[in-house]
Amino acid sequence: MRDDLDRRLLRHLHADPALTATALARRADTTGAVAARRLERLRADGVIRGRHARIDWRALGFEVEVSLRVTLDKTESGAFDQFIAAARQVREVIEIQTFLGRVDVRLGVIARSMSHYQEIYRDRILALPHIADIEALMHVATLKTESSLPI
Amino acid sequence: MTEIDAIDRTLLRELSLDAGQSAGALARKVNLSQPATYRRLRRLEAAGVLAGRWLDLDLERLGLGVTVFLGIKLATKGRVSLQDFERAITAIPEVQSVQHVLGLYDYRLRVVARDLPDFERVLRRRIMTLPGVGEVEANVLLSEEVRPGPI
Repeated sequence: MRDDLDRRLLRHLHADPALTATALARRADTTGAVAARRLERLRADGVIRGRHARIDWRALGFEVEVSLRVTLDKTESGAFDQFIAAARQVREVIEIQTFLGRVDVRLGVIARSMSHYQEIYRDRILALPHIADIEALMHVATLKTESSLPI
Repeated sequence: MTEIDAIDRTLLRELSLDAGQSAGALARKVNLSQPATYRRLRRLEAAGVLAGRWLDLDLERLGLGVTVFLGIKLATKGRVSLQDFERAITAIPEVQSVQHVLGLYDYRLRVVARDLPDFERVLRRRIMTLPGVGEVEANVLLSEEVRPGPI
């Protein structure tokens, strides 16, 4: 486990990953040099795996976002791997998650419009292998995005 | 909607992989001058396409071994204030993200916990006790990948 300072740094950086080292140090109540050293260490230890840009697909004209919850036909060996490999080929799939529970796989899918979504769903998604059942949740609004970290 | 060209796409793809790259490093990758690259990045930010950053943490190394997605259906629509529910649910630190959705559920939550007993504690004491919570479905996350999307 990490000490208090590591946890403070991670909490603040997680809440605002664009923070500069100096601003982060100030918030975590330490010096820039200490903060930089700690962050380097957290990266080397694999705690921080990376920092990525968040793309707002809406700003690029993708107005529709749907969660597709898929149950696979598990009597087929290799169903998971084949389904996921095929789902990766669909450009509009922005997220692939696998689960233990009622749902096997969830695909985050974006589209320019409802008719575009219909097209992707009919031509690309339903063509994916080993689907036993599929349910859709349409995103209306995001109220919170990974801003808190309970550590 | 913002129109983007092939160079913008490369920049977005690069920053999705690693947001820590300098404008100089990006400029070399797209064969532009540093000021020209910088102008493009500012434009993508101003248009809201580049919508901040996210930090990829190995939560397991931080003692958060379990991520669960919850689908929540509100029991008594109309009588419960959505605002009160949303305020209460977003204030729980273990609840990392909240999405308002249409379909089988009303809300989709991402919850992190130390382990399954800890998750059960959060679920029973903090989430199930909120007014209006009806049917709840839990799926334990096994794997997750973010895809580059249609750029």
